Amino acid sequence: MDALLFVIFAAIAVICGISLVVQTHPISSALSLVGVMGALAALYLLLGGEFIAAAQLVVYAGAIMVLFVFVIMLLNAGTEKKMTVRPLGKYLGAPFLLLFFGIIAYMIQKILPASSPVVFGAFQGGTPLEIGRSLFTVYLLPFEVTSVLILIAILGAIVLARKEVD
Amino acid sequence: MNFYLLSLIKTAIVVGIFMHVLAYLQWIERKVIAHVQLRVGPRRVGPHGLLQPLADVIKLITKEDILPSHVNKVFYFLAPFIAVTFALIAISVIPFGPIITVGGVRTAMQLTDLNIGVLFIFGISGLGVYGVALAGWASNNKYALMGGLRSSAQMISYELPMALALAAPLLILNTLSLREIANGQAGYYLGFIPRWSIFQMPFPQIFSFILFLIAGFAETNRVPFDLPEAENELVAGFHVEYASMKFASFFMAEYANMVTVSCIATLLFLGGWHPIFPEKYGSGLVPVAIFAATAVLCFFHAVNPARPFDRITLPVFGVLFLGLAGIFLVPPVQFILLPLFWFSAKVLIILFVFIWVRATLPRFRYDQLMRFAWTFMFPVALVNLFITALLVALFP
Amino acid sequence: MPLGPLPAAVPPSWYLTLSAILFALGVLGFLLRRNIITVFMSIELMLNAVNLSFITFSYVLKRNDGHIFSFFVMVVAAAEAAVGLAIILTVFKNRQTLEIDEVSSLKN
Repeated sequence: MDALLFVIFAAIAVICGISLVVQTHPISSALSLVGVMGALAALYLLLGGEFIAAAQLVVYAGAIMVLFVFVIMLLNAGTEKKMTVRPLGKYLGAPFLLLFFGIIAYMIQKILPASSPVVFGAFQGGTPLEIGRSLFTVYLLPFEVTSVLILIAILGAIVLARKEVD
Repeated sequence: MNFYLLSLIKTAIVVGIFMHVLAYLQWIERKVIAHVQLRVGPRRVGPHGLLQPLADVIKLITKEDILPSHVNKVFYFLAPFIAVTFALIAISVIPFGPIITVGGVRTAMQLTDLNIGVLFIFGISGLGVYGVALAGWASNNKYALMGGLRSSAQMISYELPMALALAAPLLILNTLSLREIANGQAGYYLGFIPRWSIFQMPFPQIFSFILFLIAGFAETNRVPFDLPEAENELVAGFHVEYASMKFASFFMAEYANMVTVSCIATLLFLGGWHPIFPEKYGSGLVPVAIFAATAVLCFFHAVNPARPFDRITLPVFGVLFLGLAGIFLVPPVQFILLPLFWFSAKVLIILFVFIWVRATLPRFRYDQLMRFAWTFMFPVALVNLFITALLVALFP
Repeated sequence: MPLGPLPAAVPPSWYLTLSAILFALGVLGFLLRRNIITVFMSIELMLNAVNLSFITFSYVLKRNDGHIFSFFVMVVAAAEAAVGLAIILTVFKNRQTLEIDEVSSLKN
């Protein structure tokens, strides 16, 4: 059952990823990216990262991508002009890419130490309790610095995007 | 019993009841607003207009489903689908009652209990913004685009005070699972004050409750925050280009969001399915008393009715209410019906507040709305969270 | 990959391969697309692929530090998206275009 779920969500992620790169209109790319994030949230759940899966849905898919969609709608970005692809790239590109992926997959299999398959529920350290414990004890300094970072980002975005006062 | 078969049966029951609740919520809204405005509301289709939702559904299904030629077809079809899907998914983690044993099968009155239930609801309501934004954009219409952008900006702005208002009782309850949140509010102080979040020591969460309700009004685009979608503003906003069934999808999504917000408020602040005073003082007889009183009222008004057909319909309703009162006295089903009654009563009270506010208040202008979120709600929610955290740390 | 029936559960290396594929797709989008917003979205895809890698290794090593790293990556991506989109809005206001080939007045 875990394998079936992995294959389904991995297929959704890869198809949405390819759609992101291939689609001409930015808003189709944005929605494909939302699809990738949703599929990845499901994969995080399989790996025992329930807090991260929820954070992915709330922060990434629910806020950051909405920001992207807003900007695309406001700027009224139209379809892109067709890019010129040289015939060498068009016909040799895909096979080389697949070969490259095959080599990477083989090397990953070789390098990684033998470990048990990924079973849903085998890793219990991803609950909000454990994450909160780590975040507020071991990683307290990065946590506080991140809040300063967000404040800087808010100030920067407001200053950059405001109307010019003539 | 097989896990999948049990889940399928529970899903069928929950979806069936939920769809009927959505349809009759519209009837309740029309009747309540009508009576507030000193008129009667729907009264022709069935006794007291009770078949009006059926008539509306038939009308909407048989209306011509126009596909304007200038819209972006893929997103035009996708937007109501997204809105409705995410609005209805949220019902799958809401618990309606305790763990019960029916006919040898031990199951919870809930479709699934996630231990990140509250975060899941946030994620789903965040994703529901896409339905509105895409609807506004796909319609290829200035008014729809403005309405869609304003509505989604409003929904995102009010997610922040809503999350902060929800974080305060979570500090006291210490869990994110909705079933454990409801169970953490069982018990009574001094023997008769219920241990609900709004009464809970060290800091009664009344301010969080009010903040959450206000943010809930804004999240679901209800009055007084319904400028982006009101009929006489911006030519009805983001759903101006939508015809019959797709328009109905948006309204189903809005009512489903309303029900979800009410259920979350009930679970987090009003103690879920726990009664208001202990069982030993007779809280099992409250539903019996309410339904019996309603039956007596029906019979009383049936004696000299305002309208001639009421001579027949009111006694029928009286008998039905007496039957309902009788069911609550039967011990074998009491353990299912009593928690369900208390949960439904609380949710219906909050829904009545939603409808009451719609009938009473005028709507905010858009800049007033956004200013209210960022300059009032957000600081107040932060201060509330700070005080709660301080008191929880000082008096564990 | 076995072509026969799938095993009951997959080894973690499959997750890492998926992460590599998504990262490569992000790099492709970054290099080949000309609309500045799509380039930005390819960067977000790369960040997501890295997140998947972090969570997989956190599962293999049985510690939740990978989850914490992933959380910080998300926060940084949020801040970067906010500022980056503000910059894109300003560029659009000044140049009226969203193609990165046309924003090249510093070249030559």
